[in-house]
Amino acid sequence: MSLSDDLYRETILDHYHNPRNNGTIDDATAKIEGVNPLCGDELTLYLNVSEDGKIQDVKLQAHGCSINMASGSMMSEAVMGQSVERAKEIIETFKEMMLNKEQDVPLEDDLEDLEALRGVKKYPVRIKCALLPWNTLLDGLAEACAAKK
Amino acid sequence: MAQTSKDIDSKTGEIRADFAILDRVIHGKKLVYLDNAATSQKPKAVVDALVDYYNNYNANVHRGIHTMSEEATAAYEGVRETIKGFINAVDTCEVIYTRGTTEGINLVAQTWGRINILPGDEIVLSPMEHHSNLVPWQVLAAERDARLVFLKLDDQGRIDMEHASATINAKTKLLAISHMSNVLGTINPVKELAQMAHAHGAVVIADGAQSVPHMACDVQDLGVDFFVFSFHKMLGPTGVGVLWGKKQLLEAMPPYQYGGDMIASVQREKSRYNQLPWKFEAGTPNVADVIAAGKAIEYLQTLGMDWVRDHEVELTAYAMQKLGTLKGIEIYGPRDAKERGGVISFNIKGLHPHDLGQILNESGIAIRAGHHCCQPLMKDLGVMGTARASFYIYNTKAEVDVLAAALCEADKVLGNVALR
Ligand SMILES: Cc1ncc(COP(=O)(O)O)c(C=O)c1O
Repeated sequence: MSLSDDLYRETILDHYHNPRNNGTIDDATAKIEGVNPLCGDELTLYLNVSEDGKIQDVKLQAHGCSINMASGSMMSEAVMGQSVERAKEIIETFKEMMLNKEQDVPLEDDLEDLEALRGVKKYPVRIKCALLPWNTLLDGLAEACAAKK
Repeated sequence: MAQTSKDIDSKTGEIRADFAILDRVIHGKKLVYLDNAATSQKPKAVVDALVDYYNNYNANVHRGIHTMSEEATAAYEGVRETIKGFINAVDTCEVIYTRGTTEGINLVAQTWGRINILPGDEIVLSPMEHHSNLVPWQVLAAERDARLVFLKLDDQGRIDMEHASATINAKTKLLAISHMSNVLGTINPVKELAQMAHAHGAVVIADGAQSVPHMACDVQDLGVDFFVFSFHKMLGPTGVGVLWGKKQLLEAMPPYQYGGDMIASVQREKSRYNQLPWKFEAGTPNVADVIAAGKAIEYLQTLGMDWVRDHEVELTAYAMQKLGTLKGIEIYGPRDAKERGGVISFNIKGLHPHDLGQILNESGIAIRAGHHCCQPLMKDLGVMGTARASFYIYNTKAEVDVLAAALCEADKVLGNVALR
């Protein structure tokens, strides 16, 4: 298997070509823009968080590379309907998986779709592409929680 | 003189032997280095000059009376003479060593600019400027309450000269323009633009970062007031470049940084500054890299800048034709290779440049992907970024073929989007 096959395996390509939760939310609790200064890729993340702290809806509008788009798409599926607390845990786990140089951080069963992105870890410049949606979500959650108070 | 493609190929073969790095293998494939607009590779003569300096006559310049300091000073100052000849400066005192293009522009902005740019003045720029020839002027304009005004491009990325002649007017205090675009490859008509600017009493700075490495540049013929470039893009080391300026302008400017080397005499309360060019060279300079940069120029002079240009025009024309046949490709900038440098920016429908760059790397091909420090231009082009292949003296048509084949392959890896 060549490196490229590894990086661009089926799941990533599927999410790249058919990104889930692609679009906007009119009355979003939070709307956040994320930029990758390396390549200029941008994405806008929309969040609806309920009174009791559940992510009711998440939408992304992204123009980016395959890794960036796929990562955002998978992220939206992983956090949809989750509590803010749980979403933060998922973000933490994903970032650990990407950034931990010492060991392979395992994913919980319900997150196994994200496994497809593990290969990106081998390409240091692309890790930023994969993390952009997640860091943007982290900002979005902070904004949504601040807006509620 | 017209050269046949066979002449060019045999000479390129000899040139390649001087660049050990070109034998590198990346992911099991022979390196195809097409990122020359970012930085060029360095021939043996340049690397050897660095080693020779450090092994045999490493010493500080301008101050020692010992043999090695004299040798180092002679070598370091001698390069000014080489540069003077290379760009046809009037006097070596107009040749100021910098860290590179970026520092040269900042120097002019912070010394000449702070004195000469007044509230209400206009600074005219092209829309294709590298961030280094844009951000310093944004900061200066904000500080001095001046305004940035932009020229217009036609659909081939060339400056609209009619619009330019209306935009450059009595309010214009400075024209800051790249000689060759690092994205579009466009060679701008700097000479004509400088004449327009001078007719209104404005000063002209040209960014030669992409032109000096690839074509003969004559500062007197161009008629500009300041000219900047970097050696790392022209076979030399990183961390060293040149600001050339007209003597009377440089003399009227305050120093850029203060300290050792740039002074004539120092008292407790005040100092007298050194004469040109040392007034602008505070502190121990980049001796080794300047000396090696001299070897880079000599290497180019041996080839002849006309040969360099001919070689790249031929390669660029071939590449534009070859890549132009790929499905879904858009190539930016002038269509005629004679109007452009060996920089080809492109996008393939449905393939993000970042993905392209990564997949080409698997085939040993080094290109650049992204905004190329030209975000405003990307916005004008309506893209997030581009892929960019850029050539130099050692590149061959065979390498262009490898690139074209790998681009077709990339499309397959990413699911034949371009072909849908
Ligand atoms: C047109 C142009 N101007 C300026 C620069 C900046 O040069 P440097 O990074 O060597 O200061 C570059 C290179 O990146 C360039 O291509």
